[in-house]
Amino acid sequence: MLGEQIIKGMAVTARNFFGSYVSKDRLTTVQYPEEQLAQKENTRQFPFLVYDGDDWEKGLRCVACQICEKECPPKCIYIVKSKDKKPDYKGQPQIYPLTFDIDVSVCMSCQICVEVCPFESIKMDTKFELSTDDRFGGLLLTKDKLAKPNSYYQQMHPHDAADSDAVIAAEKAKAEAKAKAAAEAKLKADAEAKAKAAATPPIAAPALTTPPPTAK
Amino acid sequence: METPEQIKASLEAALPSAKIEILANECAAGERSLLVAAASGFAVAKFLRDDAQLKLDYCSNVTGVDWPDKELAEKIKVKQIVDGVEKEVEEVKKTVRSGYLEVVYHLYSMALKHGPVVLRLRTENRADKTHLPSLTPLWRGAEFQEREVYDLYGVIFDGHPDLRRILMWDEFVGFPMRRDYIAPDDFEYEPTPHDEVLVEAKKHYPVEVKAEVKPEVKA
Amino acid sequence: MSTFATMPPKSFEVKPKLDESGSSIDESGSSIGELLEISMGPHHPSTHGVFRMDVVLDGEKVVKLKPVCGYLHRNHEKIGENISYLASMPYTDRLDYFCSMTNNWAYALTIEKLAGLAVPERAEYIRVIMAELTRLQNHTSLIGFFVHDMGALGTPLMYAFREREKILDLFEEVSGARMMCNYMRFGGVRVDVNDEWLARTKQLVANYGRFLDEFEAFLNQNEILLARTQGVSPLTKEQAVNASLTGPLLRAAGVNYDVRKVDKYGIYSRFDFKVPLGEHGDLYDRYMMRVLEMRESIKILNQALRDIPGGPVMDPKAKLRGFRPKSGEVYGRIESPKGELGFYIISDGGPNPYRYRVRPPSFINITILEDMCLGHRVADVIVILGSVDIVLGEVDR
Repeated sequence: MLGEQIIKGMAVTARNFFGSYVSKDRLTTVQYPEEQLAQKENTRQFPFLVYDGDDWEKGLRCVACQICEKECPPKCIYIVKSKDKKPDYKGQPQIYPLTFDIDVSVCMSCQICVEVCPFESIKMDTKFELSTDDRFGGLLLTKDKLAKPNSYYQQMHPHDAADSDAVIAAEKAKAEAKAKAAAEAKLKADAEAKAKAAATPPIAAPALTTPPPTAK
Repeated sequence: METPEQIKASLEAALPSAKIEILANECAAGERSLLVAAASGFAVAKFLRDDAQLKLDYCSNVTGVDWPDKELAEKIKVKQIVDGVEKEVEEVKKTVRSGYLEVVYHLYSMALKHGPVVLRLRTENRADKTHLPSLTPLWRGAEFQEREVYDLYGVIFDGHPDLRRILMWDEFVGFPMRRDYIAPDDFEYEPTPHDEVLVEAKKHYPVEVKAEVKPEVKA
Repeated sequence: MSTFATMPPKSFEVKPKLDESGSSIDESGSSIGELLEISMGPHHPSTHGVFRMDVVLDGEKVVKLKPVCGYLHRNHEKIGENISYLASMPYTDRLDYFCSMTNNWAYALTIEKLAGLAVPERAEYIRVIMAELTRLQNHTSLIGFFVHDMGALGTPLMYAFREREKILDLFEEVSGARMMCNYMRFGGVRVDVNDEWLARTKQLVANYGRFLDEFEAFLNQNEILLARTQGVSPLTKEQAVNASLTGPLLRAAGVNYDVRKVDKYGIYSRFDFKVPLGEHGDLYDRYMMRVLEMRESIKILNQALRDIPGGPVMDPKAKLRGFRPKSGEVYGRIESPKGELGFYIISDGGPNPYRYRVRPPSFINITILEDMCLGHRVADVIVILGSVDIVLGEVDR
């Protein structure tokens, strides 16, 4: 019969149409913006800077090494280094960025800046509703708009934040262990110097009676 | 699949007047190419396509490469008289290797499932003698790619059925992919220019960038 | 002083039709007819992007056709010469924007050949899974568009997109973005996939077979589709090979050439799959090619998901920053859903490539668009273009 396959095709269409009232699998439209899909954890939109603690300027992890600026493919990051230093999470004085601008209209969300950052300080945000009507500068995000606390990062990307925190904690522990070992070595050297000064005998004095201090 | 040496031997046997050279490739996994003089390019390509052992009937890729003039510095030993004694002194001799445009063809065989054979043709210079034989009559698939090489590099293919610009518009002047091409900068810049883009933008119109932050000096 | 064109081309022009001797008047003294030159211009809902065709029509039949591209030319090759090797990876996503995973793989494969990097086994399996998922979603949406261009406005396209979204959700979970994945690196993949993702992929592949059955049931034997595609623009094997066609277009003409079987790149030699071949090369064969390739992709996916081993996903010798391969040149190619996608890189030992060339399958497949369309009607031109499967990001780069 002519048109038999067309009628069979219409049966498929009917199954999909009436099926969309019953099965969730067939009704996939989401009425945006009243309803929104839950975002995936790994989603990447545009970068942001992480800071520890409450003060965004003091706790900013970025040390203005400019690696992300060099590796960025469309060159949308613009950094100006500071002249003075501030202490970082390990307690060592580091320079910080005076200006850290990202031109979000140029950024292509490739995540290369996140991959190459050695200090866990730039991460990807998940917000994409950034539209503005200010054409010149509305999409240039400056340091104050980019800085977000670590608690925000943990909320947005729990798994990545856990990894990042582990790396930071490991670095901190390493730095502390190194400082402790340096302090102990210094103590040992001081004690040895004192013992040596005390143990240099005056002429015709008897041999050394006090044993030298044993190494701990 | 025959090695480049065997292909060269059979080519020279079939076409004695062809000048063929095998170029080394420093990357071990890459293929060595056959450099053919432009005058015998068409005949060599026809042999490669029609030979029963090779049957390279599929021209996969046609690429243009720009090699600008290069200054080479060579250290050569020259006999010179220094302080009355004839000695051998090292002198730096500078030569200029004149530039050329090159077209690279990657040829495969769909009938015998082997390949690739890399064919290279070079022009004499980059300025006026930029003619090369077109291989489109042999492989129709090279038609659009040769048009692209003409459009972006300026190589003129003799024997091409329809040589005109393909990616740029017809009235465009210049060859964008050449190494010495300077892009025009008289267009409107992205709304927040900075760095070199800011310098260029300032040449054409007065730019007031709100986002230009002057670093504060902490007292 | 501006170097930019200011005159747009005329959108249509009427010319007198000439007979063999060049005159436009026949014996009885009346005009033979007129030819209409029309620009099926860049603003067109069915040309798969900003693509123009200058068509000369005699009534409804096509007399001459010239494709004009370049409206999306971003000079990707020059950008590649000015940035480092790693920074080119996100740009390769944007070449054929439907299939970013396979574009990434082609580039990564070429650089691994150049620098001599080894890829761990788990990464190879992941690459195959991503590539075959890409092939599935590309062919599904292509069939949707093909049938949409023919007049089935929207319904099969929406079903195709509904399934495609499920695959894109998987890509988003693993790489962070639905389409511009930027997932492959030189020496492996960027991040590992976890067991939950693999379980969900297995579920999706199992359901995909049922979706394809439903989709095929309502399209394959449809009388309208058969009437519009069978016998339209047949291609012979010699024409196809000489025009450097690759991909489903070539295999529809009957030539058995699939880069996965010829070059055996990656670990494709471990999988058992067939290469479907057509007979006439007409539009119906091209359509069936995609349908059958989807079935083969499901087979490959089942085998890969079953056999994937554990282990690292990145070559420990590979460097992210400061990557400078030794000088030399290399040409690497893969079978992307559109055809043979190749990268030709000349390196001079520096951090940026000296020459970075993309061999675009879509661009080369439209070489014989004119030959395919001559003698057919205007309505067929759109459907023929749809069957070639072009994506303008790749045609123009």
